[in-house]
Amino acid sequence: MPSTASGRLSRFWQKNGAGYMFLLPWLIGFLGLTLGPTLASFYLSFTDYDLLTSPRWSGLKNYEYAFLYDRRLGNAIEVTFTYVLWSVPLKLAVALGLAMVLDRSVRGVSFYRATFYLPSLLGASVAIAVLWRQLFGADGLVNQLLFMVTGIQGPAWVTHPDYALSTLIVLAIWQFGSPMIIFLAGLRQVPQDLYEAASMDGASGWRQFRKITLPLLAPVIFFNLVLQTIEAFKAFTQAYIVSGGTGGPVDSTLFYSLYLYEEAFANFRMGYASALAWLLLVIIAIFTAIAFGTSKYWVYYEDESR
Amino acid sequence: MAELVLNKVVKEFGNLRVIHGIDLQIRDGEFVVFVGPSGCGKSTLLRMIAGLEEISDGDVMIDGDVVNDLSAAKRELAMVFQSYALYPHMSVRKNLAFGLETMGAPKAEIAQKIQQAADILQINELLERKPGQLSGGQRQRVAIGRAIVREPRIFLFDEPLSNLDAELRMQMRVEINRLHQRLRSTMIFVTHDQVEAMTLADKIVVLRAGRIEQVGTPLELYNKPANIFVAGFLGSPRMNFLKGRVTGVDGHHADIELAGGQRLTTDFPAPPTTGEEVTLGIRPEDLTPVGEGEGVLTGEVQIAEQLGGETYVYVALPDGGTVTVEIKGQAKIAAGDRLNLAFEGGKFHIFGTDEKVIRHA
Repeated sequence: MPSTASGRLSRFWQKNGAGYMFLLPWLIGFLGLTLGPTLASFYLSFTDYDLLTSPRWSGLKNYEYAFLYDRRLGNAIEVTFTYVLWSVPLKLAVALGLAMVLDRSVRGVSFYRATFYLPSLLGASVAIAVLWRQLFGADGLVNQLLFMVTGIQGPAWVTHPDYALSTLIVLAIWQFGSPMIIFLAGLRQVPQDLYEAASMDGASGWRQFRKITLPLLAPVIFFNLVLQTIEAFKAFTQAYIVSGGTGGPVDSTLFYSLYLYEEAFANFRMGYASALAWLLLVIIAIFTAIAFGTSKYWVYYEDESR
Repeated sequence: MAELVLNKVVKEFGNLRVIHGIDLQIRDGEFVVFVGPSGCGKSTLLRMIAGLEEISDGDVMIDGDVVNDLSAAKRELAMVFQSYALYPHMSVRKNLAFGLETMGAPKAEIAQKIQQAADILQINELLERKPGQLSGGQRQRVAIGRAIVREPRIFLFDEPLSNLDAELRMQMRVEINRLHQRLRSTMIFVTHDQVEAMTLADKIVVLRAGRIEQVGTPLELYNKPANIFVAGFLGSPRMNFLKGRVTGVDGHHADIELAGGQRLTTDFPAPPTTGEEVTLGIRPEDLTPVGEGEGVLTGEVQIAEQLGGETYVYVALPDGGTVTVEIKGQAKIAAGDRLNLAFEGGKFHIFGTDEKVIRHA
C-alpha cells in the first residue's frame, strides 16, 4: 500500500489515539486556561486595553511607563521585596526548627505534626485573612492579651502603615506547615550514625547542626527556598482581604500582585497589568536563577561525583 | 591505652531487660571480641561502653573511673561503625580532621596526625576524595583512620567488616590484626562471625540473650566450651550433637546408649547416675571413617563437599539425625556411600540436661 498522508495519520491515530483521549481533559485546560492566556497576556502587554473596547497596539509604552514613571509600582516592588526577604527566611527557620523538634520521637508526634500543618491548609484562605484582621485589629485578641500582660494599649496593627505589613509577614510565617513537612522528610534521610559518630568525635549539638544537619539538608533547604520565594512573590489573598482590597493603609501592603489586580480589574488597564505580570515573571526568574547559580557553592548532593 | 571494667551492667528498654548484669574485665592493650547471634546484646553493650546508650544499672569503669555519666566525647573512645558513618559531604581529609578540629587541636598537629594515619592505612591518595567516590574497603580504612587520629583510650568496632565481600573481609581482618600489633591499644570488636572472633581476639566474650556464656582465649573456648551454645557457636563446620542416656555406671566409667541405639563406654570426671540424659558433642574433624564393622556410627552419605584441602561429608544416621564429618584432603566419597565413623581418640564432650559441660574432650 502506498504511504499517503491520510494513511499515516490514521495509523498514528490507531496507535496513539486512546492516549490522547486520556490526555484531552488536561490538554484543554492547559491550552485554554494556561498557555492561551499566557500568550495573550504577552501580546496584551504591548497594547492599550480597557476590557471593553478592543486592544490597541502601543508598542513598549507600558514597559516604559513601568520602568520610568510608575511610582506606585516602585512602592509595590519595595513592599513585595520586604515581604519576601523577611517572610521566607523566617518561615524556613521556624519550619526547620519545628521539624527538628518533631523529628525526635516525642509521644503523640503525629498529632503535633497534623496540628502544626493545619494553618497551612487554611492559611491562604479568605477566612484566615478575615480572622487575621480581627486578631490584629484595634480591639483584637492580640491587643487584649498585650494589655492584660503588659498594660500597654497596642496600636491597630492592620490599619497602621508602620505595622500592617508586619502582620502579613507574621501570617506568612504562621503557614510554615508544608516546608516543615518537607524538612521533616529531609531530616529522616540523615543517617543517625553520623550524629553518633559526631558525638563520639566530641561535637556539640550546635556543631552537629552546623556541620552535619545543615549541609546534608541543603538540597531540601534549597528546594524550600525556591518554592517559598516564588510563593511569596505571588502573595495576594492575604493583602487583599486584610487591606480590604486597597493595599492600604497608605499602600503599605500593596503587594505586586495586588497592584497588578487593581490595575487590571479596578482601573481597567489590562494592557498595563499584562506588562506587570510579565515583569513579575522576570523578577521571579532572576531570583530563581540566583538561587540555582549559587547553589553549587552551598548545596551538597549525595550522588554528585565531584 | 586503657583498662575497662564492667560491673553488673544492665540495660533496660522500658520494661524489657536486654543486658542482664554483665561483669567483665578488659586489660590494657587487649583485643577483645564480643561475639554472639543477632539480638544477643553485643552491639548494645558496645554502645553502652561508647556512651551512645544509657546504662540502666551497674558501672562502666575506664582506668578505674566510673564513666556512666560522661558523654561519649568525654570518654575519649573512638568507634568504627558498621555503616562506616563517614560524613558524606566532607573529603576524606575533613572526615579525619573533624574530631581533632572539634577538640580545638592546632592545625599543624591535625595535619601531622592525618599524615600518620594515612601512612598506616595507605590512603594517602584518597585524602581529597569524598566518601561517595570510595569503594567499601577504602571507606572502611577511612573509618578506621578517623578512629586512629583521635588516639583514643579504647577502639570500639561495631561489626565493621560485615558490609564487605568475603575476600576484602579477610584482608581487613589481617590489617586490623596488624594495626593492633602496631598500636597495642585496647580494642573491643563486635561481630556475629565466629571466624573473625577466633582470628582476631586475645579474648573472646560469647554472649547470648544479654548474658555472658563464656570468656576465654579462642582456643580455650574451642577446646573447652562451657556449654552446648558455645560449643555449637564456635567452629565451622559446627560441632555435632548426639542425644544419649547413661545405662550403666562403674565408678568413673559409664556406658552410654545413643538415641540411635549405639553404645559406648567413657570416663566421667564425677560418677554419673544411671538413666541420666546426656548430649555428646563431637567436632567434625574428630569423626573418622573406619572399616566395615568398626566405629560407633553408621550412616549414608547425603552430600560430600570437596573443598580441595578438605572434604565435608554430611552423613544421615538411621535415627533421622545428621552428622558432619571433616576429612583432610580429597576423600573418595560420594553421595549414597555407607560410612562407618569412629570418635577419634575419644575426643568428644559430654553435656548435661542443663546444657552445661560434664566432660571435656
